[in-house]
Amino acid sequence: MATTEHVVAHQFDDAEQQHEASTLGMWLFLVTEILFFGGLFLLYVAYRVTYPEAFVDGSHHLDLRLGTINTVILIGSSLTMALGVHAAQVGRQRALVGFLLLTIVLGSAFLVIKGFEYAAKFEHGLVPGPGFALTGPLGPQVELFFCIYFAMTALHAIHMVIGVGVLAVIAMMASRGAFGPAYFTPVELMGLYWHFVDVVWIFLFPLLYLIGGR
Amino acid sequence: MDTQVTNEHDRQEHYLNVDYGIRSWLLTRDHKRIALLYLGSITFMFFLGGIFALVIRLELLTPAGDIVGADTYNKLFTMHGVIMIFFFLIPSIPAVLGNFLVPLMIGARDLAFPRINLASWYIYSLGALFGLWAVFTGGVDTGWTFYAPYSTTASYTKVVPTIVGAFLVGFSSIFTGLNFIVTIHRMRAPGLTWFRLPLFIWAHYATSVIIILGTPVIAITLGLVAVERVFRIGIFDPALGGDPILFQHLFWFYSHPAVYIMILPSMGIISEVITCFSRKRIFGYSFIAVSSLAIALLGFLVWGHHMFVSGQSVYAALIFSVLSFAVAIPSAVKVFNWTATLYKGSISFEAPMVYALGFIGLFTIGGLTGLFLAALGLDVHVHDTYFVVAHFHYIMVGGAIMGYLAGIHFWWPKITGRLYPETLARIAALIVFLGFNLTFFPQFVLGYLGMPRRYYVYPPEFQVLNVMSTAGATILGVGYLLPMLYLTWSLRWGARAGANPWRATGLEWQTPSPPPTYNFATTPLVTEEPYAYPLREAREY
Ligand SMILES: [Cu+2]
Repeated sequence: MATTEHVVAHQFDDAEQQHEASTLGMWLFLVTEILFFGGLFLLYVAYRVTYPEAFVDGSHHLDLRLGTINTVILIGSSLTMALGVHAAQVGRQRALVGFLLLTIVLGSAFLVIKGFEYAAKFEHGLVPGPGFALTGPLGPQVELFFCIYFAMTALHAIHMVIGVGVLAVIAMMASRGAFGPAYFTPVELMGLYWHFVDVVWIFLFPLLYLIGGR
Repeated sequence: MDTQVTNEHDRQEHYLNVDYGIRSWLLTRDHKRIALLYLGSITFMFFLGGIFALVIRLELLTPAGDIVGADTYNKLFTMHGVIMIFFFLIPSIPAVLGNFLVPLMIGARDLAFPRINLASWYIYSLGALFGLWAVFTGGVDTGWTFYAPYSTTASYTKVVPTIVGAFLVGFSSIFTGLNFIVTIHRMRAPGLTWFRLPLFIWAHYATSVIIILGTPVIAITLGLVAVERVFRIGIFDPALGGDPILFQHLFWFYSHPAVYIMILPSMGIISEVITCFSRKRIFGYSFIAVSSLAIALLGFLVWGHHMFVSGQSVYAALIFSVLSFAVAIPSAVKVFNWTATLYKGSISFEAPMVYALGFIGLFTIGGLTGLFLAALGLDVHVHDTYFVVAHFHYIMVGGAIMGYLAGIHFWWPKITGRLYPETLARIAALIVFLGFNLTFFPQFVLGYLGMPRRYYVYPPEFQVLNVMSTAGATILGVGYLLPMLYLTWSLRWGARAGANPWRATGLEWQTPSPPPTYNFATTPLVTEEPYAYPLREAREY
């Protein structure tokens, strides 16, 4: 079990103050993230209330199977992330690295599946823009649904990509023995971020895939 | 003897002479140096935005379009607004004076996250480069409000780079606000309880709350406009059933509170300056402190007053109108408390005080005319006229910039270790005050008489008032150039300032000027309330 002595940064009095400051900083950052996504959720609500049929129609063009698989994968990754944080806290070095790598694998799997989903949308002409395939009376409003769909899921995916990148850095640090019971703030904060991204998906999945009783 | 003193002074190590060279500045983590980096950047943007303003005023000297055509004029007022609001006013006081003073005032060695602080300046600079790119490759003409669908489909100007610039600058201010909140919560010196905090800190705390809650919303909104342009999709496009009014809601949800991002820090400065130069404890400390938070929260509930004629429901408009009246109360609380502080104070008129007194007058006019605009019936009459232009310039220029200049002068000795030339500074403050009023007061009248904003030509009967306004703008320009010159001059030739030239209270005055890199030799212990000036409230004697 390797616990490296971590140096407290010059502006802090002690490790506890540093930990508290970092944690508060992360929570505030997540507040900004909630409002960042909040703008999109507001648009979703406004347009869904205005065009309920088009939203149901658009939702039925989404791949429920892939969406469900992705939901399971992401919840699983949140579990491995939480186990990783626990491993760091109790100083189980190998388990920490293992759980972080598992989280990276699951996160990447989510992104790959999302990529296949996007590719299918391109194939079927369901990407908003001049070549949108659906015509008919509801066509434009279904296109609006897909604008929202792509904006929300792409923003979520960008957060996943950033998360996987930072996870890789933290996993590397962990493999060099940077964390232990005395100092695990980055792992913990990464956990907060990862759970946040997961929770956003937990909202996106039903709102986008499960409306209109199917 | 004289040289000996100078040498001794120079030997004393402080944040400016601890090391030299461009690297020591560009890679610094010291909040004081980062503040100066910001000072340089925003001063540049301020003068660029000012040049656009002068061209606008010059064009409006005569009723006809003499200097520029309609399209160029549209770009001029857009770029003036974008640069002044996003690249100057919003970062101005927090990123410069806040950055410098928040750790000093609470007895900390630095902000909680020095690296994020430096990153915020780089992100700001990157955003500013995008803004400059847009300006120098043809400009942008949407107005600083970027209203859809004009911004998303119709405009052929550089909308995307401008938006990317504003987006990035938004994130830099999020970083600053986050840093302030964490620092104020977690790093106060022992004994410095919440109600012993200087009001400058309360103001910055409230400002940071607004930044944290508001800025992400404008970021996503502008981001969607950019995405809509680049990928030719239609989130706000009426052709798909999208709603441009939704853009306005999202835009003003941030951009009304943004006014408080600009004015609250300024109010914090005024509280410090008024009490210092009255040599008297501030009147109603806790009311001023709490009113900052009240403004921060109420400010989020009034955005609809920008949309009285946009087609929102009359019931929504009614509520927004009532709430807009309500948000004036905490502002008025501050004004009354400042005035009560002056009462029977031992007042002296140093330059910061001249600016502060100017602030009180101009902010009061700006605030009261805001009530005119909050009234539903009256707003329909003066909507989109020069009345609105005059109103928000009284708040943003007469308020925010007067406060900014008060603060720059007040803490200049602390920042640089030098005194500025006092007489010249007082004259400059008076020039700014007179120039400002001559520029913008006629615009109230113009607006009331019906001159619409954003036009490059106007009926001849409006000319006299426009000539007055342009003359005032010239004077105002001189008033802004003067501090720029004599403050630069003072860096080399100004008299040495001691640790506390104003005999002010506050932890920042208890450390040498300029302060050492880690601010205090030993962490100060706070044992009393702020503003322990000799004179107490009037009723006590
Ligand atoms: Cu407003």
